[in-house]
Amino acid sequence: MPTDLMLGPASEPSVFAASGVASSAWLLLALPAFGALVLFIGGRRTDGWGHLLGCATIVAAFVWGLVEFFHSTSLPAGQRVQNLHLFSWIPVNALQVDFGLRLDPLSLTFVLLITGVGGLIHIYSIGYMSHDRDRRRFFAYLNLFVASMLLLVLGNGFVTLYLGWEGVGLASYLLIGWYSDRPSAATAAKKAFLMNRVGDVGLALAIFILFAKLHTTQYTEVFARAHTLSPGTLTAIALLLLLGACGKSGQFPLQSWLPDAMEGPTPVSALIHAATMVTAGVYLVARSNPIYDLTSSGRLLVVIIGAITLLLGAIVGCAYDDIKKVLAYSTVSQIGYMMLAVGLGPFGYALAIVHLLSHGFFKAGLFLGAGSVMHAMDDETDMRRFGGLFKRMPITAVTFGFGYLAIIGFPFLSGFYSKDPIIEAAFQQGGWRGWVFGLAAAIAAGLTAFYMTRLVIMTFFGPARWQELKNTDGNDYHPHEAPATMTIPMIILAIGSVGIGAYLTIGNRLANWLTPSLGALQKADNGPLPSIVVTIGTLVLAAIGVLVAILVVGRRAVPVTRPEPVAWPVRAARADLYGNALNETLVARPGQWLTGALVFSDRMGVDGMVNGIAALFGGSSGRLRRLQTGFVRSYALSMLGGSILLIAALLLVRFSG
Amino acid sequence: MTPTYYLLLSALLFAIGAVGVLVRRNAIVVFMCIELMLNSVNLTLVTFARVNGSLSGQVMAFFVMVVAAAEVVVGLAIIMSIFRTRRSASIDDTNLLKY
Repeated sequence: MPTDLMLGPASEPSVFAASGVASSAWLLLALPAFGALVLFIGGRRTDGWGHLLGCATIVAAFVWGLVEFFHSTSLPAGQRVQNLHLFSWIPVNALQVDFGLRLDPLSLTFVLLITGVGGLIHIYSIGYMSHDRDRRRFFAYLNLFVASMLLLVLGNGFVTLYLGWEGVGLASYLLIGWYSDRPSAATAAKKAFLMNRVGDVGLALAIFILFAKLHTTQYTEVFARAHTLSPGTLTAIALLLLLGACGKSGQFPLQSWLPDAMEGPTPVSALIHAATMVTAGVYLVARSNPIYDLTSSGRLLVVIIGAITLLLGAIVGCAYDDIKKVLAYSTVSQIGYMMLAVGLGPFGYALAIVHLLSHGFFKAGLFLGAGSVMHAMDDETDMRRFGGLFKRMPITAVTFGFGYLAIIGFPFLSGFYSKDPIIEAAFQQGGWRGWVFGLAAAIAAGLTAFYMTRLVIMTFFGPARWQELKNTDGNDYHPHEAPATMTIPMIILAIGSVGIGAYLTIGNRLANWLTPSLGALQKADNGPLPSIVVTIGTLVLAAIGVLVAILVVGRRAVPVTRPEPVAWPVRAARADLYGNALNETLVARPGQWLTGALVFSDRMGVDGMVNGIAALFGGSSGRLRRLQTGFVRSYALSMLGGSILLIAALLLVRFSG
Repeated sequence: MTPTYYLLLSALLFAIGAVGVLVRRNAIVVFMCIELMLNSVNLTLVTFARVNGSLSGQVMAFFVMVVAAAEVVVGLAIIMSIFRTRRSASIDDTNLLKY
């Protein structure tokens, strides 16, 4: 790509030591961590007020985040990247790791997203988890998650990022397996943990290479000296970081844990597996932009992974009947868009962050809406058993509707402002790349419209199929509107879904704000299609998706059990496009063969030798034992024979020489 | 003097004693055969003492006699107590201590 030539080492801005309000930014981490600590140590004694403390610490962190944000905006743009040194963490000879925070527009944006959406979901959880006797422990885990996530985005080096990265992984594991009495939840938690581990190995190796080549892991020094690395090393680091991002963000080929993670409570799905944690991979790539700027092949692979994932997620989303799994594959697909955008380099970093923020709002809102539906329908998730819920839960339906309009890119809602520029930027790559990636993104937009419309129709419209059915306890369904602690966060998120996209993109507000962290947003104009054509084309595709969904789902009766047999594309999509089968065949099966072979050789070789020697001695001693007959005369004979032999030997020696 | 005849006699006595120990079942007879072997050895010792003109062989024969006397005391006591418990003096009957 010719654009590489214009990207130089100068993209890293000067970094200032934090002062004033910024020097107490550690409070952002300390507040949720304190909440988690009190709830963990306090145990059952805090059952009565633990959830309030959990919410209070997150809201306080959000307020403090706002203070930091306004402090930062009051500074001139050139001084907004600040480094807060807290203490020396790992001082080992050549390895000097400082524990510190990097306050810059990128991290502050994430802080506001995490604490803002996190706070809303905390408040929602008060209502959603009110029937759970371990609600206090749930809030402890949520606080642990928020603290880790803030460390992930605020850390000023790759090692602090890794600490937060593992912290959110742990919190994710604990919360996916929240209903640990269900085998499916326990398995899903383990699957998420293991598949994340694959990605984490990539991230760890990338950090090792950075340390080996640059002798530092702090962002400031790494980014300032990244251009001294050889192209091969840069590509290797970029690919390993991408592997880490794929694990955490549910990107191809490590996407299959994310839909299974829906076994966790719905607020967890909304916060961790839609709005924040799974976007950590996008953050990682965007944060490492000085590295990715220098390696076009690394960026190309990011774009390819993003394009594959956004298509894959959208296709599979069309086939599922489980409301949360559809939303999960929708998340996979939307993060694919973000990956595609960060892979475009300076043309896309800011676009990815815009989409990340607006997605954080509308997807969290959609998940909370789904949670509200499940809450009303006795934890039922099969959309085929829903229908006609609009009248029973109007607030949920309307807030869900805004999230729906946002995600399908309805004009002038958030998704329109955040997704459309990504599709345009993909087309503007020019050449075959522009066509391939642009078309993939546009087609996925149409598919998104289809599966989301299908979800909305099956859930909120049509005949009330649940009236004929019983829940798992054998009782009738009594759907009802959720309590205020649940509807208020949904309303706020719905407002965000409507307005955040326009607010962030008009006048390139967010892109300009992020310039100190990500460099200026560039616009290439060598695309095969003018941007207005792309916009209209995307809208037409989305409209087709909506129409097809109305014709296929809305105009026909929806069977309560899913139809079998079905055509092969549906079969493939129901099987996650064979994502699990692929992992199973390529990784799990050979691994099992290897362990089988090792067990066999251990049993036959090592154990066989030891056991064989033991059997030899045991058997021969058993036979030799028979010589002890108990007859004195046989002993006497053997003594005589022995004596004769001895004497014969002596004589032989004596007279042979 | 030529020790040949004495040594031949001694060997003959030893062989008779050894065969007796191996083939006879009666404990008393076996015991006497052991005495026979000891005495054949004594004869050899005395013979060589005479040939070499040294007294040490004869002294050793006395030691053997003393040890044999002590052995008779212990051995006969054992045979007696076995006979009292088992009503038999056959050494093939006392075969309980085995594998």
